[in-house]
Amino acid sequence: MNVELTKKPVPRLVDQLQYGLSAPICMTWELTYACNLECVHCLSSSGQRDPRELTTDEAKAVIDELAALQVFYVNVGGGEPLVRRDFFELLEYAIGRRVGVKFSTNGYLLDEAKAKRLAELDYLDIQLSLDGADAATNDPIRGAGSYAAVIRAMDNLRAANFGEFKISVVATRHNVSQLDEFKALADSYGAQLRVTRLRPSGRGVDVYQDLRLTQTQQREIYTWLMGQPDVLTGDSFFHLSALGDALPGLNLCGAGRVVCLIDPVGDVYACPFVIHDEFMAGNVRDEGGFSKVWRESALFESLREPGAEGACTSCGAYDACKGGCMATKFFTGLPLDGPDPDCVKGFGEEAMAAVDQSHVPHSTQDHSKPSGPQSQRVSISLGSKPASN
Amino acid sequence: MNPRAPHQLSSRIGLRPEPFGAMAYHFDTRRLVFLKTPALVELVHSLVDYDSVNSAVAAAVDGDEHKANLYVTALSSLADAGVICER
Amino acid sequence: MSPSTDVSPAPATTATDVADAIGTDDELVEEELLVEEISIDGMCGVY
Repeated sequence: MNVELTKKPVPRLVDQLQYGLSAPICMTWELTYACNLECVHCLSSSGQRDPRELTTDEAKAVIDELAALQVFYVNVGGGEPLVRRDFFELLEYAIGRRVGVKFSTNGYLLDEAKAKRLAELDYLDIQLSLDGADAATNDPIRGAGSYAAVIRAMDNLRAANFGEFKISVVATRHNVSQLDEFKALADSYGAQLRVTRLRPSGRGVDVYQDLRLTQTQQREIYTWLMGQPDVLTGDSFFHLSALGDALPGLNLCGAGRVVCLIDPVGDVYACPFVIHDEFMAGNVRDEGGFSKVWRESALFESLREPGAEGACTSCGAYDACKGGCMATKFFTGLPLDGPDPDCVKGFGEEAMAAVDQSHVPHSTQDHSKPSGPQSQRVSISLGSKPASN
Repeated sequence: MNPRAPHQLSSRIGLRPEPFGAMAYHFDTRRLVFLKTPALVELVHSLVDYDSVNSAVAAAVDGDEHKANLYVTALSSLADAGVICER
Repeated sequence: MSPSTDVSPAPATTATDVADAIGTDDELVEEELLVEEISIDGMCGVY
């Protein structure tokens, strides 16, 4: 057999990926909009179950498709995925089809019995959501008792010998000073720490101005992450790569290219941070299922075209930051071919000043409970004036 | 990697063809490895038919020593990543 | 719902298309570039 090595140069990986793949590499699947919590920044505006949720059989059909496509890894979330009665059935079905699963949970329902059951499964990662290294910082964001619930869940996983799990933190103005404490907490459980970027998605848009990092904090978190190669970021800080060496990861927006979201009613979005009609590619219940949406939807085809640099053309940092996060620009009313609001060169601030606030988009799916996290929205301001509606 | 030993694709790996080559995912370590040319992918698949890495590479490069070194180095990275293993 | 479970890989572009589109004139690449490794957590858009 003669295997020819082409004399054509091998393009950079990032260039090859931007043209799209036959299937996502990994992706997010929100199983339900129901949730026992009402976190102020919830990217999926979860709270109440949607009556059109995929049935168990429909969910299994999606898993069959993911297996056939060889999607290696699915992050299952919601809402709170443990709220679904068929959660373990679906989990075991996916694992049986060799689709790796990580699920994100607030830990309330992760009791000793569930921890033992989870410990018996292979190809399974668990991610516990926490936004403060103590209850005083965490609970105003996630709800009274939510910090304690995570500690309990971690104790249950440890007692059940689950092995390594992850703690996932959304970096906010109020918790960025606690990065070392988060690391220590994770280390004390032998857990991996994950720190991700806050986007103004879902309910996040209501608290974004109060919770987003300042430019100083952005530089702090970049420096800290560069010194912590064991801390995961989900590649969510690639806009900070303009500050110096790139953080580990693909350093590009994966929406519609290497990742996507399947929501609880089967809608397919470019990523979980753009749950909005403008970024909805199709539905898994349509003929051809998820595969057809991934491969042929007009939205994903347009996302896979090389991006227009637009207003960022003349900036030398563009190659590193790629103009930042599409979702963050969309929900702050900025043009997608311009700078990210958190552009480290300051071009985002200029652009934000020109935005007509009355035309800033909101998520087109809102499953928040009617009572709403009103009291929490006030308390997170911590001394400054309350966020107005 | 011992290039004189017979090798094969690891059973802990999911290998998925792509236009540029392939992606290999290790289910235990969660590491993802990109094989960036189709030629390398074919070579990996061919390993199981030869009794050493060296003989598989020799068959692939038809006397080109430079290419042979290139491939052996690439296969060595794949062995380190657990994508291929001795059989 | 009738998703297909018999899916064959159907690449939208070929490696040649991609290389042509990039249009670089480099020499044959060094061996480090034939293999690249990344964490499954290393792609943006998964929470």
